[in-house]
Amino acid sequence: MLKIEGITKRFGGLVAVDQVSLQVNQGEIFGLIGPNGAGKTTFFNILTGIYKPDAGTIMFEEKPFRIAKSGIARTFQNIRLLKEETVLDNVALGMFGKTSSGLWAAILGLRSAKEEEAIVHTESLRLLELVGLASYEQLEAGSLSYGNQRRVEIARALVAKPKLLLLDEPTAGMNAEEVQEMTALIRKIRENGTTVILIEHNVTMVTGLCDRIAVLDHGVKIADDSPEAVISNPEVIEAYIGKVDEEGVTQHAAN
Amino acid sequence: MNLMDDMLNPYYVDIVVFLIIYLLLGLGLNLITGYAGQVSLGHAAFYGIGAYSSAILSVTYGMNPWASMGSAVVITFVISAILGLPSLRVREDFLAITTLGLGLIAQSVFKNAEITGGAYGIDSIPVPSLFGLELKNVGYLLLVVVVLLAGIFVMQKMTKSRIGRAWMTIREDEMVAQAMGINTTYYKVLVFAIGGAYAGAAGALFAHKASYISAESFGFTISVTVLSMVVLGGLGSIRGTLFGVSVLYLLPELFRLFKLDFMEMKNLDVYKMMVYGLLMVIVMRYRPKGLFGKTGFKKKKRYSAGKEAAIKGGDQVA
Ligand SMILES: Nc1ncnc2c1ncn2[C@@H]1O[C@H](COP(=O)(O)OP(=O)(O)OP(=O)(O)O)[C@@H](O)[C@H]1O
Ligand SMILES: [Mg+2]
Repeated sequence: MLKIEGITKRFGGLVAVDQVSLQVNQGEIFGLIGPNGAGKTTFFNILTGIYKPDAGTIMFEEKPFRIAKSGIARTFQNIRLLKEETVLDNVALGMFGKTSSGLWAAILGLRSAKEEEAIVHTESLRLLELVGLASYEQLEAGSLSYGNQRRVEIARALVAKPKLLLLDEPTAGMNAEEVQEMTALIRKIRENGTTVILIEHNVTMVTGLCDRIAVLDHGVKIADDSPEAVISNPEVIEAYIGKVDEEGVTQHAAN
Repeated sequence: MNLMDDMLNPYYVDIVVFLIIYLLLGLGLNLITGYAGQVSLGHAAFYGIGAYSSAILSVTYGMNPWASMGSAVVITFVISAILGLPSLRVREDFLAITTLGLGLIAQSVFKNAEITGGAYGIDSIPVPSLFGLELKNVGYLLLVVVVLLAGIFVMQKMTKSRIGRAWMTIREDEMVAQAMGINTTYYKVLVFAIGGAYAGAAGALFAHKASYISAESFGFTISVTVLSMVVLGGLGSIRGTLFGVSVLYLLPELFRLFKLDFMEMKNLDVYKMMVYGLLMVIVMRYRPKGLFGKTGFKKKKRYSAGKEAAIKGGDQVA
């Protein structure tokens, strides 16, 4: 469904993403791993239109892609919620691109605007239920635990029913139990028909969850294969040397 | 109406009319700075554009005052949208400087252009009339009250709607706004246009009340005064603006009324600015969100930059 060819992004002299090509199929959970600074987040930022690539093409469902509206949603590595708004309002925000009522509808209180609001409301509640936060809807988003804030971000990304979900380190800073819950949630998301690209440092989790994994190192794709093949790939091991302990990169959790 | 004119002291009526004009100014600025987070130090420019537009159309071109006031709002809407364009390119602190500059430029145009009457300004601005009655004192008061209520109503509807949500998201985190598919360009220009239109309405109402306008009335002091009022009341709160503007506007009038012995009346403006300044410092220290506010200045950075991004520096998105 997603076909990327020769994507390059430079920041001054630094080549953050270097001629990366990949293909993600419908219904896959696709892992994207690599050491710190490998260019993973930059890659997501290109996919969501925040950065323009210096070279390369992206096709989404056979069409040159457009942002958000075309069905790609994301979460951020550093949680970006509107912390003083309620959990529900944060999730509702995800529906923005799906709604369209304008100035006059708002001022005149048109039925169409109210109906739209009602749909946004029910959909947001449905998503909160899916991520297991049904009873948190009226709390301030900033008051939630780290793990739950991540769930709110996922709900916000999913509420518009994207075809492709980009998750940037969804388990960073989580304990083992929370990681398990997140893994189950990602599985559930896929079962609901959403394709997932997952950036993750927790190697155990990625290999257990993903159908395929690509590895970036200094912006270059050095592997793209099944989880088993990727973790036994000598080039990958070398890229990670000194960075991986048995459980994955736990020191990274500090971020 | 004439009966009422006799009953109410026109001096007090005037104070209330001018207060309401300030309330409109404050609402417009709160929309731009409070709801959408776009700092503006040039609000007086929009005020002046509204005033001069209506004055020029009615005096120079002989337009009916109702039509000229309506046109003034439309004209300010359009020009404000254009003057809001810098907000698309520069960040908070620079936007303050840029709007300050635009305000100064606007005032110097008012003072020097031929069409605005140069340093002299424009006089004999006609009073609008309704059913053959000229709207003076109480009549004019009713007019401004109606405009104010309409302004509050529209603002409440807008800020609670999908549009309000877009503005709020832009204020809190522009990156998220983009990721959610919010067209930030459109909504920023829109908020300047609408906030400017409020100021334009205030300006037109001012011109036809005062019957004489000159560039002095639309300077930097006005921009700062209105900003202090809005900040005192609370950014992002309609009630806050109503309260903040009323208190700071009426305070000097009270001084004037009671003719306090220890103060020289001719220095009232100086005292006024001193009191405003002092209040601002106190509010910022103890209630940075204003008295009713939901938001303070400088929020954007709080969530955006994680430790990591701060260390790496730059404007990157993680
Ligand atoms: N806006 C920017 N300006 C300059 N350099 C940038 C910018 N964004 C990213 N970079 C640089 O590009 C490189 C790749 O960064 P990126 O955030 O994509 O890495 P990452 O793989 O997500 O790393 P991590 O695992 O630490 O999140 C880094 O060297 C980073 O400093
Ligand atoms: Mg990253």
